[in-house]
Amino acid sequence: MDFTLPKEHLLLREMYRKFAENEVKPLAEEVDEEERFPVETVKKLARYGFLGIPFPKQYGGAGGDALAYTMAVEELSKVCGTTGVIVSAHTSLCCAPIYEYGTEEQKRKYLPKLCAGEWLGAFGLTEPNAGTDASGQQTRADVKGDHYVLNGSKIFITNAGYADVYIILAMTDKTKGTKGISAFIVEKTFEGFSVGKKERKMGIRGSSTCELIFNNCIVPKENMLGKEGKGFSIAMGTLDGGRIGIAAQALGIGEGAVDETIKYVKERKQFGKRIAQFQNTQFQLAEMHTRMEAARLLVYSAAMKKQSGEKYSKDAAMAKLFAAQAASEVTRQAVQLFGGYGYTREYPVERMMRDAKITEIYEGTNEVQRMVIAAALNVN
Amino acid sequence: MKIIVCMKQVPDTTEVKLDPVTNNLVREGLPSIINPDDKAGLEAALRIRESVGGTVTVVSMGPPQAEVALREALAMGADEAVLITDRAFGGADTWATSSTIAAALKKIGFDLIVAGRQAIDGDTAQVGPQIAEHLGLPQVSYVESVESVTNDSIVLRRQFEDRFHIIEVKLPCVITALSELAVPRYMSVSGVFDAYKKEVVRITFADLEGYLDKANIGLAGSPTRVKASFTKQPKGAGEKFEGSDEEAVRLIVSRLAEKFMI
Repeated sequence: MDFTLPKEHLLLREMYRKFAENEVKPLAEEVDEEERFPVETVKKLARYGFLGIPFPKQYGGAGGDALAYTMAVEELSKVCGTTGVIVSAHTSLCCAPIYEYGTEEQKRKYLPKLCAGEWLGAFGLTEPNAGTDASGQQTRADVKGDHYVLNGSKIFITNAGYADVYIILAMTDKTKGTKGISAFIVEKTFEGFSVGKKERKMGIRGSSTCELIFNNCIVPKENMLGKEGKGFSIAMGTLDGGRIGIAAQALGIGEGAVDETIKYVKERKQFGKRIAQFQNTQFQLAEMHTRMEAARLLVYSAAMKKQSGEKYSKDAAMAKLFAAQAASEVTRQAVQLFGGYGYTREYPVERMMRDAKITEIYEGTNEVQRMVIAAALNVN
Repeated sequence: MKIIVCMKQVPDTTEVKLDPVTNNLVREGLPSIINPDDKAGLEAALRIRESVGGTVTVVSMGPPQAEVALREALAMGADEAVLITDRAFGGADTWATSSTIAAALKKIGFDLIVAGRQAIDGDTAQVGPQIAEHLGLPQVSYVESVESVTNDSIVLRRQFEDRFHIIEVKLPCVITALSELAVPRYMSVSGVFDAYKKEVVRITFADLEGYLDKANIGLAGSPTRVKASFTKQPKGAGEKFEGSDEEAVRLIVSRLAEKFMI
């Protein structure tokens, strides 16, 4: 078993770190404070190929792999959880399903623009009454001549309002339950599509999270993704991949908090000593680092399994469950070690603590991950 | 246009250690980077290629691990990479280094040679100009911007102590880049993957037969001898004065007067 990173990935990590440090970190506090979507960062991400990392060059991708993508989300999230999720939702939830389930025509039409960052992507599954139980979809898609007509709404949609292309799940046959759900590629310019209320969130406040409204939205038939009735399995498959992205985001947030804490405890003095000299600080940081390293191995191993074409659903669930919990716990410990200053916005750890929490909730709550893992173990 | 960029891999820290016997730098264990002036030169070269076409070849002389710096340059967009490496080249001073690089450049060919002004580890600013001398080429040093470029000539703005010079020079020529010349781009994701698909061409002493005299290479071919080196004692921490501008000026003036400095 080889735990060393390939040379390409070592060099990539160096590039990701420099980019994150110089281009993303300086904006992290501001986008959080002002709840501002960092449009300028997205342009820079596009220029350097962050928006199509794991896709082949023939579709405009960077020709990288799942690990390279995972590491990008990790490094961006170390300094800014918002930026991490923008890339993750775009890549895992929009580009990936088009790449994996799309027709050749759909791939050629959408992937080059998405990978180049000319278009940003998003994904709409969640509804007010269909959260963890995603089977309760109310949005419907009815055939009318050469197109479908969508009616309904989606909530909590990451990148909404800034995205140009949305993967939308809707009921094409209500009588068939989950087998009556289909997936569609919806462009923001389609008639009857609009973006609704923007959520005001606890963390990842620079990312845009809004409602989507479909009011007799016209979607051409050729924009159905996969076959009719396959939407639910496309959504579940997409979320399996998405979980690696969110696990990487959690991993980055936790690692970022460890980095900030190490810096701080070496400077802060109390009782005439640097607080790094107290054994409590040392033990806490040893624990925090170990937890994040364990998370990293789970996340990278899930990415490698995806890359090699093995089944990775359980691995992605374990990686996300563990990394999200680790990030929440580690950022909480970080705030504690910073003391009163940690609770203020003068230091980034309170933001990291707020950002970490969502990783336990979106793209499958911790409880959903446990369901996936238990099912894979045939414990039912 | 065939553009050559001469690059050096340098330690990324000011805490360099010296070998007590040879007084040379100990490079092991230090993170390495592309020398900043050279990286600005590479960026300028990439932009010249984007405007007039051609290829950018990065050339470095150094130990095998300098390959990483060349891969980084490829990932930024260079077309080809050449590593001049041989135990026989070890311990070279600027004379031996420039003789060796000039020989390699004669072999691989060039229209424009871009070098950094100086390396942050040696600070000599000699290798670029010496390469020009060995090759009998015109040179423009301390270049802070490229004003215009065609396939036959290039117009450069050269930094000077109290002014600048605008110089038009015919190709082939050598220019040495200041770090202000161009802000280097990052590597791109696809660039990194492509960089590892390319070959880094290695040139050894044997490959330069007929181009290079053995008397001019390595430690033996280096006229420079480091007699002694020492670490500068750090200065004491400065004093900081808070207050209005006028108060601060008064305080500073009185402190300087106390020390008989004014």
